[in-house]
Amino acid sequence: MKNSVPIVWMKGISKVYRSEGVETVALRNINLTINKGEFIAITGRSGSGKSTLMHLIGLLDTPTSGAYKLNGVDVSKLDEDSLASQRNVEIGFVFQSFNLLPRATSLENVTLPAIYAGVSEEERLERATKLLTEIGLEDQLNKRPNQMSGGQQQRVAIARALMNDPELILADEPTGNLDTKSGEDVMNTLKKLNKDDKTIVLITHEKDIANQAKRMLHLEDGEIK
Amino acid sequence: MDLRELITLSIHAIAVNKLRSFLTTLGIVIGVFSIIVLVSIGSGINSYVTSQISSLGSNIFEVLPGGEGNIFGGFLSTNLKLSDSKNIQRNLAGIGKVTPILQQAAIIKYKNVKIKDAFVGGVSYEYPQVVTSLKMKYGNFFTKSQEASGAPIVVLGYKINEHFFKNRNPIGKRIYVGEKQYTVIAVADKTGTVFGAFDRDNIVYIPVELAQSQFGTSYIRQIVISADSKELIPIAIKRVETTLLKRLTKDDFTIETADSISETVSNVTNVLSLALGGIAGISLLVGGIGVANIMLVSVTERTREIGLRKALGAKRSDILKQFLLESIMISVGGGLIGIALGMAASLIIAKILVSQVTAWSILIAFGFSVLVGVVFGMAPAIRASKLNPIDALRYE
Ligand SMILES: Nc1ncnc2c1ncn2[C@@H]1O[C@H](COP(=O)(O)OP(=O)(O)OP(=O)(O)O)[C@@H](O)[C@H]1O
Ligand SMILES: [Mg+2]
Repeated sequence: MKNSVPIVWMKGISKVYRSEGVETVALRNINLTINKGEFIAITGRSGSGKSTLMHLIGLLDTPTSGAYKLNGVDVSKLDEDSLASQRNVEIGFVFQSFNLLPRATSLENVTLPAIYAGVSEEERLERATKLLTEIGLEDQLNKRPNQMSGGQQQRVAIARALMNDPELILADEPTGNLDTKSGEDVMNTLKKLNKDDKTIVLITHEKDIANQAKRMLHLEDGEIK
Repeated sequence: MDLRELITLSIHAIAVNKLRSFLTTLGIVIGVFSIIVLVSIGSGINSYVTSQISSLGSNIFEVLPGGEGNIFGGFLSTNLKLSDSKNIQRNLAGIGKVTPILQQAAIIKYKNVKIKDAFVGGVSYEYPQVVTSLKMKYGNFFTKSQEASGAPIVVLGYKINEHFFKNRNPIGKRIYVGEKQYTVIAVADKTGTVFGAFDRDNIVYIPVELAQSQFGTSYIRQIVISADSKELIPIAIKRVETTLLKRLTKDDFTIETADSISETVSNVTNVLSLALGGIAGISLLVGGIGVANIMLVSVTERTREIGLRKALGAKRSDILKQFLLESIMISVGGGLIGIALGMAASLIIAKILVSQVTAWSILIAFGFSVLVGVVFGMAPAIRASKLNPIDALRYE
């Protein structure tokens, strides 16, 4: 049965940073299973390893040790290009600082993942327009990031994360740079996506944000508590 | 990512930093511009000299004093005598025409008008049949009997007549060549050619014996022969050799054909073109280093963008292509501007001096600018493609 394969399956994952001879253990022996359709919040103090965990889940970085299967695929065997295409189709990222291309319009920013998926321009624009409209930005299609509010920018980033219709959305402090109202908008969008069967991993250090998730996970000094 | 998208992307990136892109391009523009201009001048000189040689006549060759490869030393030689020219003429009867040449700078004068930079050419009556490009405007060149009579007669070059007589018919007028008076019997038509140091319109022709006695010389400068047909050239050369070897040794003279002269000239101008092109190439190289430099800056500046693109699914090759294409476009853009400016400049130079834009110099210049883009864009592009997405995203 398809649903029996967890989207994230981690066993004994640890991450040690080595820079200039100093070792920082960012994650220690993480065992984590996230099933499809979950909405999970990861909390923890600054430096507890939340972002590091998200980077590992998102295939942006590789663990020092341990096993990780994304959607049933052992990603430790994948080369750089395969990791890139896994990120491209399986995962949508939402960052605290939005990470939009400053000189590109909303439409251009949203279409970006589809360019690397080889989708035709016509199809890309059609889908990006649809996504931006659904997210309530139909009048911001040709605006640049610096012509929009933070909340609008973050919603553009969410539309971008949805561009290739991935199963997993990873959001690292998506409300961290937003006021309460915009933060609520973003949370509502994420909740709606989860209703539409997207798996959401949300990193936050705000209690009331985390409380909106269906499941909570607490990190302390690189360990799940 | 297809090429069209990559190009759009590069145009965007280049347009973002217009001034910087322009300044970077400038290095390439200057390099390509100098290649086009310098190579055009080189080939302009080449084709100019070649056309000058062929303008003398088609089946021409000449005997110069001095051994093979020692033509310049031969200028000081007094080996060739008038009798050599006469012997050759006798032995070439029916095969070709012959004229000795003894030329020297002299002051010529009509009434109180003086020309100081004119040349006097002592030649024989067969001269116009040898150098067939020479036509008469007024009168006829001196004949065999006129030459034999020893009468002081002179044929004016076009510019001399223009200067002294405002292009009117001067036949019968008397002019001074040096201290001696000569009667004008003919005026040559405009040749419009300069051969070596002397302007073939700024000259007067007198019978060679008169020139010898006036200059006090017993030798002649060269003997020019025109075979009656192309096929006869080898036979004529053979006969000239046999004739001369009766009195002289192989080291006393050199036979130069129009082809061998063109070849020598071509060799010289090709080396010149290469040298000029090489200098231009160096400036293109410097331009290329400028491109590499700016691309490295651009990669550093856009570290976050690269990280983001990678996070969103860009492969190494996507990033590599993106940055490589950008540097190629900067270089090729500069190349195209350089080619356009170079061609324009070459056309202007062609009006004043000599210059000839050649297809191959354009191709080479274009090819080089693509190459510069690839070579100097490669290192920055590789650096960009190797960035770790997470390090790049964290980069501030
Ligand atoms: N590239 C790196 N090199 C060295 N140490 C690192 C690196 N990245 C993170 N760390 C360290 O790993 C630990 C976990 O960092 P991480 O960014 O995961 O924390 P976080 O929980 O996301 O914190 P925050 O809430 O402030 O974002 C920290 O001690 C941090 O200093
Ligand atoms: Mg963090």
